[in-house]
Amino acid sequence: MDRNPVTWLGSPAFPTAAKSALADDQLRRNLRHATGLIRTKRAHAVAELPDWEELRLAGEAIKDSVLANLDTYLEQLEESVTARGGIVHWAVDAAEANAIVLRLAKEAGADEVVKVKSMTTAEIGLNEALAAGGVEAIETDLAELIVQLGDDRPSHILVPAIHKNRTEIRDIFKARMPNTAELTDSPPELAEAARKYLRQKFLSAKVAVSGANFAVASTGSVVVVESEGNGRMCLTLPDTLITVMGIEKIVPAWQDLEVFLQLLPRSSTAERMNPYTSVWSGVTPGDGPRNFHLILLDNGRTSTLADRVGRQALRCIRCSACLNVCPVYERTGGQAYGSVYPGPIGAILTPQLGGDMHDKHAASLPYASSLCGACFEVCPVRIDIPSVLVHLRADAVAAKSRFSPEAISMAAMSWVMAGPKRFHIAQRLATAGRLLSRDGKIRKLPYPGSQWTQSRDLPAPAKESFSAWWKRTRG
Amino acid sequence: MADSKAEILRRIRTALADKPATPVVERSYQRTRSFPSVIDLFAERVADYRAVVHRVTSVPAFIEETLSGKRIVVPADVPEEWLVSPVTWLHEPLSVTDLDQSDGVLTGSAVGIAETGTIVLDAGVAQGRRALSLLPDYHLCVVRAEQIVGTVPEALERLDPHRPLTFISGPSATSDIELDRVEGVHGPRTLEVLITG
Repeated sequence: MDRNPVTWLGSPAFPTAAKSALADDQLRRNLRHATGLIRTKRAHAVAELPDWEELRLAGEAIKDSVLANLDTYLEQLEESVTARGGIVHWAVDAAEANAIVLRLAKEAGADEVVKVKSMTTAEIGLNEALAAGGVEAIETDLAELIVQLGDDRPSHILVPAIHKNRTEIRDIFKARMPNTAELTDSPPELAEAARKYLRQKFLSAKVAVSGANFAVASTGSVVVVESEGNGRMCLTLPDTLITVMGIEKIVPAWQDLEVFLQLLPRSSTAERMNPYTSVWSGVTPGDGPRNFHLILLDNGRTSTLADRVGRQALRCIRCSACLNVCPVYERTGGQAYGSVYPGPIGAILTPQLGGDMHDKHAASLPYASSLCGACFEVCPVRIDIPSVLVHLRADAVAAKSRFSPEAISMAAMSWVMAGPKRFHIAQRLATAGRLLSRDGKIRKLPYPGSQWTQSRDLPAPAKESFSAWWKRTRG
Repeated sequence: MADSKAEILRRIRTALADKPATPVVERSYQRTRSFPSVIDLFAERVADYRAVVHRVTSVPAFIEETLSGKRIVVPADVPEEWLVSPVTWLHEPLSVTDLDQSDGVLTGSAVGIAETGTIVLDAGVAQGRRALSLLPDYHLCVVRAEQIVGTVPEALERLDPHRPLTFISGPSATSDIELDRVEGVHGPRTLEVLITG
């Protein structure tokens, strides 16, 4: 089986990646500024709705009812889209989805495609697969364009270039776009430069590729929410539109959108409504593309669905509110997670989609959290991210053999703690462990303890154990 | 591959072997809300996106005053009285280049949502195909008072999901640079809204 591209090839385990991210002062400044700004705005946008909690509960219930009957809804969606003139394809994994897009693009006579920002196509590594097949993918979302022109990787679900500040963006544009010698770092000017750069591409493109935010099973309506109008360009101008959609993106009925069109914009960009939302059902003669293809993608979703605790991650609507409130994300940035899905949701989604807890990088992700719970509080579909993290940590430990240092130390710990005498001896030994510490922290234990300190600093043991102190002062 | 469909459905059924319950969706959120005036709220919220909002008694008079001497795209079925003479009207069929090089577009609309300051176009009367309200850099959109509803649920109830729909909340914008909002990227950079009746 092909490797699932949801994790980036060669990514180090999270602690290693985080260490270098933490050393980058510029990155931390950029992130602190941006996440701070959006946190305040979101709180304001959410506080404006008196029924926010009821909307969250409804969002959770709708998504859970979809997951519990996913086979039925998928077949219903296929039927509705087909009835409106669309063509539905099914792809078990990234390789199959990429091959379908490449074939369709070539059949349409295109050597380049314009793209709407889409997490799903980033997850499957579509751009690289198309390039290998001789088709160039042009990202048209401003942030995706910044990442693409900078030969960079995304670091946030909503704003993939959040790690770059305006000056860095100006430098990328000046290096890669024609006629930008006079470009300043004012955001309106940078947006204008992107507008000019992409205009001709939009007017001449034959094929567009998009993702989908929602698809309504009963009507066959597909929904894309966006801000810049690049989405509308891609969805309406080219002759052929190819939409790649994860199988969990379904809502049963049109009415269900009344919940998500309130939850998503306020959680995501912290607006009452995003500037543009497009809805289309199959093909409309005389308006928009003449050919519409919808690719329904599994790529690890069905194995995620099989996990009773972990399946709630499939409720995710990709708003990224959990990233913006996460103390770990704010300090390390998104690239440290080694996946297109970073932050708290990435820490539970990436390892599940990848489906291999023997992979050291994937197995390190559930530990990329302090379990503070802020992510659950802001999640518009109430994904209990901390509980799933703990559940996946257990999976990660189980994936190692029971003879692994971590498993052995856990077993040894329970033996030590079972007898008071053994426990006292152990505590005296631990106090001696202070010799290993500097500034109150132990950064490197000798083997097998090194397996523990590889991913965490260990606070130095106290000079005196509590029981020794009690005996000395009160005994 | 036909087999992939069968394989995915098989995997789903296996994954759901524990038969998770289908929850009842409680719609205890407010599908409607009472606002002192939906029209005032609509005007205020559209303006919050830095769109330009006017309340007018005569649409033709406003058009004449604002668009004289300009080359403006119109859908085939706008009211005849809007087509005042000092404006050069561009009628379909129009190429993407024609649309791109025009000075703007004039359309009606299907629904207005007060709470979110949103206008919905459904390619119905006086709206035309989707590209018309996208490529010109200026969009003048007429919304009749009776088209304005309070909330998102009320709006969806009025819309036909089988029509191509575009929800517009202010001019095109981006938050991609430092998560700070900038108006004006690929869609019309100026949105002007006329509330009438």
